[in-house]
Amino acid sequence: MTQLDTLQATTPQKKKLHPRVKALLRPGFLLGFFILSSSILLAVFPWAFAPYDPNAFDFNAIQKSPSWAHPFGTDNLGRDTLSRVIWAYQVDMQIAFFATFFAMVIGVVVGSLVAYHGGIADVLFGRLVDVTITFPFLVLVIAVVAVLGPGLTNMYVAVTLVQWVYYARLTRAEIMTQMTSDYASAGRVMGYSSTRIIFRHLLPNATTPLITYWMTDMALAILLGSSLGYLGLGAQPPQAEWGVLIAEGRNFITTAWWMSLMPGIAIVVTGLGFSLVGDSLADVLRPRGAS
Amino acid sequence: MTNQNESLLQVRDLTTTFHSKGRALRAVDGISFDVRAGEVLGLVGESGSGKSISLRSIIGLARDYGTVEGNVYWKGEDLLTRTDKQLQCVRGSQISMIFQEPMTSLNPLLTVGLQIEENLKAHTDLDRRARKARAIELLDTVGIPSASSRLKDFPHQFSGGMRQRVMIAIALASNPELLLADEPTTALDVTIQDQILQLLLSLAKNLNIAIVLVTHDLGVVAQTCDRVAVMYAGRLVETGSVRDVLKRPQHPYTLGLLKSVPENIPPRTPLYSVPGTPPALDALPKGCAFAPRCYKAEDVCLGSKPLLSQLGDGISSACHFTADIREEVLA
Amino acid sequence: MTYEAPVLEVEGLHLHFPLKRTLFDAIQRKEKRIVKALNGVSLEVKRGETLGIVGESGCGKSTLARCLARLYEVDKGTIRYDGQEVAAKDAGALREYNRKVQMMFQDPYSSLNPRMTVRQVLAEALRVHNMRPLEQINDRIAELLDLVRLPQDAADKLPHEFSGGQRQRIAIARALSVEPEVLVADELVSALDVSVQAQVVNLLLELQDKLDLTILFVAHDLRLVRHVSHRVAVIYLGTIVEIGDSEQLFNAPKHPYSKALLAAAPSLDPDKRHTRPSISGELPSPLNVPKGCAFHARCPHASTQCQSETPRLRALDELGNVACHHAEALLSA
Repeated sequence: MTQLDTLQATTPQKKKLHPRVKALLRPGFLLGFFILSSSILLAVFPWAFAPYDPNAFDFNAIQKSPSWAHPFGTDNLGRDTLSRVIWAYQVDMQIAFFATFFAMVIGVVVGSLVAYHGGIADVLFGRLVDVTITFPFLVLVIAVVAVLGPGLTNMYVAVTLVQWVYYARLTRAEIMTQMTSDYASAGRVMGYSSTRIIFRHLLPNATTPLITYWMTDMALAILLGSSLGYLGLGAQPPQAEWGVLIAEGRNFITTAWWMSLMPGIAIVVTGLGFSLVGDSLADVLRPRGAS
Repeated sequence: MTNQNESLLQVRDLTTTFHSKGRALRAVDGISFDVRAGEVLGLVGESGSGKSISLRSIIGLARDYGTVEGNVYWKGEDLLTRTDKQLQCVRGSQISMIFQEPMTSLNPLLTVGLQIEENLKAHTDLDRRARKARAIELLDTVGIPSASSRLKDFPHQFSGGMRQRVMIAIALASNPELLLADEPTTALDVTIQDQILQLLLSLAKNLNIAIVLVTHDLGVVAQTCDRVAVMYAGRLVETGSVRDVLKRPQHPYTLGLLKSVPENIPPRTPLYSVPGTPPALDALPKGCAFAPRCYKAEDVCLGSKPLLSQLGDGISSACHFTADIREEVLA
Repeated sequence: MTYEAPVLEVEGLHLHFPLKRTLFDAIQRKEKRIVKALNGVSLEVKRGETLGIVGESGCGKSTLARCLARLYEVDKGTIRYDGQEVAAKDAGALREYNRKVQMMFQDPYSSLNPRMTVRQVLAEALRVHNMRPLEQINDRIAELLDLVRLPQDAADKLPHEFSGGQRQRIAIARALSVEPEVLVADELVSALDVSVQAQVVNLLLELQDKLDLTILFVAHDLRLVRHVSHRVAVIYLGTIVEIGDSEQLFNAPKHPYSKALLAAAPSLDPDKRHTRPSISGELPSPLNVPKGCAFHARCPHASTQCQSETPRLRALDELGNVACHHAEALLSA
């Protein structure tokens, strides 16, 4: 009998959790998971949680400070801030997803292909990256939105047009690292097609940083959506969107601080949720045996 | 010249334990050996046998990540009881160490000359000019051609073999009496390995430096060492003079190792192979660690760990059945 | 020995890798630096034999292995398989070549996809090459595991659950799954401990006899190469300096470099110590291959002819070829 066996024989047998599941039972992930799942719930069923109609004016309750009736207070038109923040989840969670998802898909495909095939495409891609990262991200997006015109859909297009380059750059670097492993060469010796090697072998091993980056990026997308909303280039009032809400409150910041603060807190909390989940997923998705 | 019979280094019951996830992993388990002045001792074993950790435990490098127990007497004084600061005057001066990968142990941003002079400054009282002269002399000793012009070169300008020579030159700067060499030739090609080993041998002979050479290659041991200690799963299984151990091994593991090397057997015939793999540190058997792979193992081997015991002519072995094996080898 | 048609013929392989010039180099108008990995390698491999390929690191032996497995496209030279030239034009023939010639790698920790179980790895190979109808795939996997002596429950484990030796067995099983005729083993056992090495080498020898495989055994461990090979080629800076019958080459090497290499290998016999290095100097960089005989700078027998004229590989007797101007003189001396 080995020492390990004796160890197990003396301690009471506990049902063993899969190590990946165990990795998820950390306070960080649990908190993040709680935030994200409630955010999704709020986004899908805002009417079930919002106490008032988000667009209903109540001229008897203008700029009321937080109270039991209006926990987040009311705005300059008497609309309930809590209800508006809750309805804004719908828009902002959409932004988080749509402003990142297509960029990621395009970036991953392009990044993998240029990494694997190299050659002139890779050189051109390198120049494109250089050009793109020279400009501040927000400035580029605003420029594209200015051309296309304001609105959510155009904002998605603008962000995707710029952001895919970042995903492609990350994917390219990861695939290049993976390509130094012999299993990629082994695939070629086995006569596998390049598509199979890229998407079945290399990419699954390159996902960990991508997922983490995606999670962080969703948090940033919310910030970006809010910034554009604030500037009047994203979601348009009266649609409730956190950036729009903050913008609406800016004239009353001294008299009705809650109008801007409450949506601000919503942004911070949701962003935190994405980051926490992203961090934990990175640990869980890493292949075991690798450090 | 010091008395040949007196031990420079005495290691007694050296035990190094790592703590990982609430479990104690014993990487080195109560090993004892002596090193005499000017002697080359080979510490041989497979990966994970604890040979490198033993070496690092001696010089106080292992205690950063594990618990080291036992005694390491350097000229009669116990090194393990000393603090890092007190160790300084022994480590790097009387005892030097060289590593497997010289690129990572040399500072890539400093010239080779500076790195040697740095060591001279710390351990000798030579002035600047004398230090430079000594640095050139050292590079010359380790066989670096046109030494004076290479002082200003950076480590990356040297090849692997030359870097290992530079490492040895740095180690020699303090006039050490003992050189700990951790797989110094494993990363090198066979012709370069040959050159470095010859260099180490000449140092041992000409400067009367004792060397502890950690390696996994029995050929290297055969070519360079005076005595050899074979490690398996953290314990010494056999020690003795190189000729005795390699020609008449007493322990089934040593025998297995020697027979798995394809030398003096007809080509393309099956090699003798030890079944299985070495045990993981967290799953060491209760008895002899080699018992699960041993062709001779009996109940007694599974139940109790054999002790290293002297077998007359200077060879010690840790096996319950040494007498029988000896007959087999001779037959 | 009767003459057999070679299964693999390689003629005049050249492969040079240009190094990227940095902007700084371009400004200084430095010439583009070129790693001359292979400089005209020619050899034949007979069906069913093991050809050992030895040399120091950087000599081009791994590059040669990778060229044969078509991981690198050669600059110049031809590879013929069963007398047919393997050309890039014919996609079908290439695919067949890729199946028939399989390669195994040195690093047991990176040659398997960490996210695929053994079953997935083997099933993929079987499926892509249509080796078996779908319903027989699991049976074939069981057979393959048996073949490389892995337990059946290994199939559903991930690579990290195996030791180095076991992983190399998995890599062998993967190579065998497509029923190749030639195996290129690039330092297959170099990363393994001696006692485990022996297990894998025995397995390889056994499989070769059982499946009638041709093996190119690339390694730096001379003892191992001698043990497994019928013939051996010694490579120095991208050219073959000596090729011939294994026992003869190891007992009486003819090229001065082969001699030095063999003398440098540490013998297990402590009574056979030598007191001076077998050879001085180091392998020159493949960026800067010396003119004439590449070995002349380190060679104790070098003459002026060696500095200017590149020796050709020529037959000295029926058992071996040597590339040395002074081979006959050295033999009689």
